[in-house]
Amino acid sequence: MTDRTRRGRSGIRGNEAVAGWLFVAPAVLILGLFLVLPIGMALWVSVSGWNGQGSPFAPGVPFVGAQNYTSLFLDEGLTRENFMISIRNNLYYVAVAVPAQTVLALALALVVNQRFLKGTSFFRTAFYFPSVTSSVAISVVFLFLFANSGAVNALLAMVGISGPAWFADPRGLLHLVLDGLGLVDLANPPAALTGGGPFGLSWWEWLAGPSVAMSTIIMLVVWTTSGTFMLIFLAALQDVPVQVEEASLIDGANAWQRLRHVTLPMLKPALFLVITLGLIGTWQVFDQIYVMSQGKPANTTLTPAYLSYRTAFRDFEYGTGAAISFVLFLIIVTMTLLQRWIMRDRDEVRPRRRWWPPRRRAS
Amino acid sequence: MTRDAAGRPARRGGFRTVVGVFLGYAVLVFFALMFLYPFVIQTANAFKTEADAAAHPLSPVPDPFTTAAFAKIFDSTAFPLWIGNSILVTVLITVGRVFLDSLAGYALARLSFRGRGAVTAMIVAVMAVPGVVLLIPKFLVLNQLGIYNTYSALVLPLLVDAAGVFIMRQFFLSVPPSLEEAARMDGAGVFRTYWSIILPMARPALITLTILSFQASWNEFPHTVVAVQSPQLFTLPRGIANLVSGSLGAGTQYPLKLGAALLATIPVAIIFVIFQRYFVRGAAEGASKE
Repeated sequence: MTDRTRRGRSGIRGNEAVAGWLFVAPAVLILGLFLVLPIGMALWVSVSGWNGQGSPFAPGVPFVGAQNYTSLFLDEGLTRENFMISIRNNLYYVAVAVPAQTVLALALALVVNQRFLKGTSFFRTAFYFPSVTSSVAISVVFLFLFANSGAVNALLAMVGISGPAWFADPRGLLHLVLDGLGLVDLANPPAALTGGGPFGLSWWEWLAGPSVAMSTIIMLVVWTTSGTFMLIFLAALQDVPVQVEEASLIDGANAWQRLRHVTLPMLKPALFLVITLGLIGTWQVFDQIYVMSQGKPANTTLTPAYLSYRTAFRDFEYGTGAAISFVLFLIIVTMTLLQRWIMRDRDEVRPRRRWWPPRRRAS
Repeated sequence: MTRDAAGRPARRGGFRTVVGVFLGYAVLVFFALMFLYPFVIQTANAFKTEADAAAHPLSPVPDPFTTAAFAKIFDSTAFPLWIGNSILVTVLITVGRVFLDSLAGYALARLSFRGRGAVTAMIVAVMAVPGVVLLIPKFLVLNQLGIYNTYSALVLPLLVDAAGVFIMRQFFLSVPPSLEEAARMDGAGVFRTYWSIILPMARPALITLTILSFQASWNEFPHTVVAVQSPQLFTLPRGIANLVSGSLGAGTQYPLKLGAALLATIPVAIIFVIFQRYFVRGAAEGASKE
C-alpha cells in the first residue's frame, strides 16, 4: 500500500512536468509563432529595404541601417511630413478623447451607482452596449449620423445651425477657435507661425487642433469606450466602504465635498487604470480610420497606426511601415510608464507634505 | 444592494432628495438616448428608401417601409459568403480559445513544471503588446509560412489569446485544490482530472471566455486586413468595410450599408442581452489583468 502510494506520488510529479508542458505547448507555440517571432521579423524589416517581393530574408534584400527611422524624424520629405502630421493628429486625438471618455465614464458610473435611483441596471446595460458591438458596424452608423444630410446635421438644423460637411472638413478646431476669437485669420495665417517649426511641420500646422473630420471619430470613440470604463469605475465604487461615506455624511460634508475628498481618492487606482487603458487604446485607433476616412480629408485623420498600414500595404514600403510600428510601440510603452511614474510620484509626495512649511507660496 | 440594509442616516430635506432624483433620471435618460438612439436610427433607416433616409434621417419611422435594402444586400453583395466565413472563423476561434486557453491556464495555475514562471511571464508580456503594432509583423510571418490569404491565416493566429489564458489562470488559482487532489490520488491522470473534474467546475469562467471569444472573433477586423486579401475570404466586418469604402454603385446607399451593419450587430446584441452579466464580469476581469 505504502509502496503504491509512493510510486503514485512520484508518478504524479513526473506526469506533471510532462503534462504541464503539453498543456501550455499549443498556447506557447501559437503566441510565440504569431506574436513573438513576428516582432523579431519586423525588427529586421524595419532596417531593410524590402519591397514586398519574395521573402524579406532572401539574400538580395538590402540592409539600410537606421534609414527607415531617420526618414521619419530627420530627412526632409513626404515620409517625414506624413508621419509628423499623423503624430500631431494622434496627439490631439489623445488630448481630447482620453479626458472626455474618462470624465464621461466617471460621471455615468457615479450616477448609475446612486442608490436612490431605481432601474439603474437597465441604464448600465444601455451605456455598455456600444462597447460590445463591431467597430466596423458602428463606424458605418456614424458615417450616416454625420453625413451631410445625416441625423446630426438634421438635429442641428432644428436649432437653426447649418452643420458642417463633417467628413470633408479639414479645418482644425483650434484654428477655428483662434479665428473665432479674432486672434488669427484662417485665410491668412500669421507669417510668424507659418515660417517654420519642428520636424518639418510649421508651428501653424502643429497648432491646428483636431480637424472637424477627426472630431467625429473622437466622438465615436468616446461613445464606444465610455461604457467599458464606466464598468471599471462602478466596480471600484462598489469597493468604497459604506462606513467611510456615512462618516463623511455625519461630519456634514456636502455632496461635492464627499465626491472630492472621499470618493475620488478611493477611485485613484481605477482612475489610473482607465487613463492608462485610454492612452494605450487611443494611440491604436485603426478600424474607425480605415472605414470612415482613410486619413482624409487632407491627411487630418491620418494616425500612425493607419499610416504604418498604408505605407506598408498600399505604398509597399514595408521597411518604413515597420519602423512606424516600432515608433508607435515605443510611444505607447512610454505613455504607460510615464503615467505609472506620475501616479507613483503622487503617492510618495502626499505623506511627505506634512514636513513642508504649511503655507508655501506659489513660485 | 446590501448597503441599503446597513441602514443609511436619514436624509435631511425631502425637497433636495426630490430634486436629486429628478436630476439623476434626467441625466440617465439623456445619456440612454445618446447611447441607444443611434441604434434606433440605424434600424429605422435600414428599412427606408434612400430618398426617405436622406430627407428624414432622424425619424424612427420608415415612410414608406421597405425591405428593399435587405433584398439588395443578399442579391447584389457577397453578404451570404461573408456570413458563412464569419461563422466558420468565429466557431473555430472560439472553440480553440476556450479549449487551449483553459488548458494553458490550468497548467500555469496548478501543475508544477520547470519553466512555468517563464511561460507566465511571456503570457503577461504578450498581453501588453499593443495589437495594432503587430499588423505588419503578423503579415510577415503569415507570408513567410506561406499561409497568407488562406482560412488558416484567418484562424490560426487567433486560436489562443494571452488575456484568455490569464483569465483562466486567475480562475484556477481561486479554486481550492482539494477536489482534483482527491481525483489524482484515486489514480486519475492529469488530463482525465482536468477534463472530467476541473472543466465542469470551471463552467462560469468558461462561459465568460466563450462569450468574450465569440464577441472578439465575430467583430475582428484589423487581423483580417493583414491576413487575407481575396474577397472569397472576407468575413463580415471586412466585407462591410469594403462595401462602405466604395464597392457599391451609384448613390450613398445608406439603407443598404446600415442594414448590413445591423445584421452584423444582431448576433452580438442577442448574446449580450442573454449573457449580460458575463460580459460585465469579462470587462472587470479583462481590466484587472494590469
